[in-house]
Amino acid sequence: MAISRRAIVLAAGAVLLALVPPVAGLLNQPFYVDLFRRMMIFAIAALSLDLILGYGGMVSFGHAAYLGIGAYAVGIFAFYGVDNGFLQWSVAIAASAAAALVIGVISIRTSGVYFIMITLAFTQMLYYLGISLETYGGDNGMPLKTRSQFAGLVDLRNPSAFYYVVLALLLLFLVLGRRLVAARFGMVIRSARSNEPRARAIGFSPFRYKLAAFVLAGGACGLAGALLANQTEYLTPDFMHWTRSGEIMFMVILGGMRTLFGPVLGAVVLLGLEDVLSALTEHWQIILGPFLVVVVLFAKRGLFGLVSRDG
Amino acid sequence: MAEPLIAVRGLSKSFGGLRATDRVDLDVEDGETRAIIGPNGAGKTTLIGQLAGDLRPDAGTTRFAGRDVTSLDAPARSRLGLARSFQITSIFPDFSALDNVALAVQAHSGHSFRFWRPARAERELREPALAVLGRVGLGARADVLAANLAHGEQRQLEIAMALATRPRLLLLDEPVAGMGLEETQRMVRLLSTLKRRVTIVLVEHDMDAVFTLADRISVMVYGRIIATGSPEEVRGNAEVRRAYLGEGTES
Repeated sequence: MAISRRAIVLAAGAVLLALVPPVAGLLNQPFYVDLFRRMMIFAIAALSLDLILGYGGMVSFGHAAYLGIGAYAVGIFAFYGVDNGFLQWSVAIAASAAAALVIGVISIRTSGVYFIMITLAFTQMLYYLGISLETYGGDNGMPLKTRSQFAGLVDLRNPSAFYYVVLALLLLFLVLGRRLVAARFGMVIRSARSNEPRARAIGFSPFRYKLAAFVLAGGACGLAGALLANQTEYLTPDFMHWTRSGEIMFMVILGGMRTLFGPVLGAVVLLGLEDVLSALTEHWQIILGPFLVVVVLFAKRGLFGLVSRDG
Repeated sequence: MAEPLIAVRGLSKSFGGLRATDRVDLDVEDGETRAIIGPNGAGKTTLIGQLAGDLRPDAGTTRFAGRDVTSLDAPARSRLGLARSFQITSIFPDFSALDNVALAVQAHSGHSFRFWRPARAERELREPALAVLGRVGLGARADVLAANLAHGEQRQLEIAMALATRPRLLLLDEPVAGMGLEETQRMVRLLSTLKRRVTIVLVEHDMDAVFTLADRISVMVYGRIIATGSPEEVRGNAEVRRAYLGEGTES
């Protein structure tokens, strides 16, 4: 039996990601561990958005909200000297999921432009809330006192150890995500995206499933936020800026919606290009912009669609 | 006498100043095939939407299978055994024909908060779906993307999705609209095989199909049902001829 090109691409991708820390060590370029870890953190955020955007048809233009909530959960605990990572990350997930529940209950009954505007508006509210929190640095933000501690199990101050934690979480979310979208739950939200009146006519009540997907995606992105706070060792309201939501959405579209793997590739390519181009010129966005336009116009299924096409 | 399967009283719906349905009373007996005919704009599709639960009535009540369903929405009515097809073909175009029907089976087999097992590997969804596809004559087309089916096949697929919910009442909104002669005949044959086994309410402009299938016919004009009777009675009704069939028409 022929192994599909898609399987080869995926296996190669996983191996390459796993090899980053030793290769960076050999080249004496520790910076790459940092860069690829950042890519993978955003990959988690992007694949969580793909669940609701790609599979659920919910164009959330406020996904950065959960990134911010997750980061602030870690930062605020650390500020008060609570550095237990299990607690911090659990709260990051729970608080993001709770925010997603509130935003989802209000937004999911709408669609199209209204949905986009409501999710954007909530995220702007949280952004300004972050700015108003003088105790935690206001619009300047504040440094993270210490990285999350895991009772000696793993030390995030070790760049490689932190890297493999992020990689493991990314792979875990990919597996869980793939199962979920192929299971009955995934079939409901996908059918509602495809044709909601039809889904209702055959007896599905899509609202509760779409809301559940929205909450799951929020929680997953909240964990990405907790990772991001540890990555940057700094937290700022900018995590929740609307351009950040746009960036995550772009990773999804660039890489290819409705694959979960695509957004991972999108995060790697977008952040990689940013890194390479910004070293070349300070006007790197002039190059990045047209590139993104070309991909969207000519690769309808995104970059992952291009590289994984069989035959 | 047994209670009708569906009993509608005083159902009304206005859009702006237009009364789409105006105090409609309708009883359909269990096992009956009822056609609803009438000129364009008579409110037939609105009535189907109200029976299916998509449109909330401004006034009136609907009883189905012995219970008041007036306040139930479309998914809830579907789960009670009320299935429909749409005037404009409504399928899941980016899913295979089999997926389309398996989704209908899934919607009627408990909640879908199941996150791990691939739905496409579940025999309890696939096997009933395949059986229904076979019944409507699409057995060989199971793996074709629904968007790539011919128009007539898509209409058959809609019937299959409705049947997969094991309905007691089938609401069909112009099932042969836009079909060629051969496709129409195939659809009428298919619907004939369903007669008696399931109650059918059929909105249709194709009079051959109506007179072939219907046990009784209701005539709707300006949002009201003006006459109900056997095909022969309706054919002979002067008011109906004036309002709808058109005087002098030989039919």
